[in-house]
Amino acid sequence: MNKKMFVSFVTAGDPSMEATKGFIEALSKHSDIVEVGLPFSDPVADGAAIQKANIRALENGATTDSMFDMLEAVEFGGKAILCYVNSVFVYGYEKFFERCERARVYGVIIPDLPYEERDEVLPFAKKHNVHLITLIAPTSKRRIAKLAKDATGFIYLVSSLGSTGARTSEFSGDLEGITAEIRKVTDIPICIGFGISTREQVEKMSSIADGVIVGSGFVKIIEEHAENSVEKLENYIKILKGEKDV
Amino acid sequence: MSNRFGEFGGQYVPETLMTAVLELEEAYGFYKNDEDYQAELSRYFSEYTGRPSLLYFAERMTEDLGGAKIYLKREDLNHTGSHKINNVLGQALLAKKMGKTRLIAETGAGQHGVATATVAALLDMECEIFMGREDTERQALNVYRMELLGAKVNAVESGTQVLKDAVNETMREWTRRVSDTHYLIGSCMGPHPFPTMVRDFQSVISKEAREQILKAEGVLPKAVIACVGGGSNAIGSFYHFIPDREVELIGCEAAGKGLGTGQHAATIATGVSGIFHGMKSLFCQDDYGQIAPVYSISAGLDYPGIGSEHADLHARGRAKYVPITDAEAVDAFEYLSRIEGIIPAIESAHAVAYALKHAREYDGPIVVVVSGRGDKDVAAMARYKGVNLHE
Repeated sequence: MNKKMFVSFVTAGDPSMEATKGFIEALSKHSDIVEVGLPFSDPVADGAAIQKANIRALENGATTDSMFDMLEAVEFGGKAILCYVNSVFVYGYEKFFERCERARVYGVIIPDLPYEERDEVLPFAKKHNVHLITLIAPTSKRRIAKLAKDATGFIYLVSSLGSTGARTSEFSGDLEGITAEIRKVTDIPICIGFGISTREQVEKMSSIADGVIVGSGFVKIIEEHAENSVEKLENYIKILKGEKDV
Repeated sequence: MSNRFGEFGGQYVPETLMTAVLELEEAYGFYKNDEDYQAELSRYFSEYTGRPSLLYFAERMTEDLGGAKIYLKREDLNHTGSHKINNVLGQALLAKKMGKTRLIAETGAGQHGVATATVAALLDMECEIFMGREDTERQALNVYRMELLGAKVNAVESGTQVLKDAVNETMREWTRRVSDTHYLIGSCMGPHPFPTMVRDFQSVISKEAREQILKAEGVLPKAVIACVGGGSNAIGSFYHFIPDREVELIGCEAAGKGLGTGQHAATIATGVSGIFHGMKSLFCQDDYGQIAPVYSISAGLDYPGIGSEHADLHARGRAKYVPITDAEAVDAFEYLSRIEGIIPAIESAHAVAYALKHAREYDGPIVVVVSGRGDKDVAAMARYKGVNLHE
């Protein structure tokens, strides 16, 4: 794969669904996939920045329905949803993936739905032509081949221990090794995420895998600039991709 | 080992934790049947905790209420003052055998945190406790107690700053540092194998109580009554009675200011199926699955979910769960203090309150589980009654 993938992330409904729609449209010009986080009251895989975004979105009235209504109005085909399994379970697996299909969602990432539990969800995703994205972590070890073999869409390789959010130096030392193990069993793209927020990190991680996922960096811009974030978001993504100087 | 109780249970954790959870399952599967491990645990139970705990015939209470012959299972007499130590000893010893050197745990009121800090000191392990900021302020004395025992206490600033948020933050900490660290979950909740493991360690309560009541009365009790937050003392109190179909199993959950007020933590009465904190169970939540803020005068019952095995016992109709309000629990707290000279934990007072309301309907023995002692609640009870108390 020559061109590297770029996956960006925003929280749905922060500060409003209308604003999120604008953010996705702006980011989609520079991203292969825009991941949209469905806000949850207790996001255990997320660090402080995305936790706060979830609270803001919920306080502003974001719901699963309002997110899908918004996503249906976005033309871009590279939409993904990041959500916690309770949101999907309570909405109903069939209804959730039916709405994904209607909104032309490419994939769904559910961080608290591990491989061992995904059989209760997978048939619904398949039926509605939505990828259920596989996550692989530095602790996956002997599980890597099993997880990667059944993956579709792209693989979300978790960069390091801990939750989402910017970090400076604690990336797992073995991302090359894990990538090589994944490569033995599948050809689908591998994107590295969690804690990536600078151009140097993007370059490094892109050289190891097929692309990167950046989340908290965008979320922090939105925290600061709310509705007026579009220009800043585009500026930041261009810097990350090396298309513009800092 | 099955990882489900009917439709409930499972292992819903991030991939980062899956290897640790599977290793724990494997280790527990081994040590559960390891004679040396079991002998060591029994020795700590008898020589450190003070087991077996007494089954005490509450004669004055029985005379006063009429009907049932009331027995109290005295988990309040355990070292550290509650049933929590049963589970902590079991898990900490297992963690040590697995080569872990550090324990982390959540706590609400501080009972589980104190028990974990205690056993960490005993077994020479590093210990960090996560406690909601609001709870650290309400239970400042327990924070100092944990620090005295050598633990580091982290005040959790995220979310609603109570027990649920302490669990979230301990989970996050476990994903940050998993190789040398065991997350010592305090209730029969979380991903498999925790609900099974915690139940096994707490089942010593019903194992003893069943033998004790048969010895004292020659018959099984008509009912076993325990309070339920996450439900660890209740599942331990029920477990060996589950095959005895004639024994009624009653869990008392926190109805707070009343089910109609929205300010309660009555998961069975008002919750619906969901997947949270690693398990499929019942949770207080809204139509979109957002976990609801809950309330109880008792910090130990102030949890929006219930252990997965309880959800199944409820679904199968084997156990019955009833709401008890703050006011009823406070009455029972005062009643047991005055009539038997036993100050129960406000959590346990929810079980005592059921006996107060329903003892008359029984003819024969019943077992009420006093899961902890009430010293920790005295200041809060004084405040509730409007007494100006200077600690």
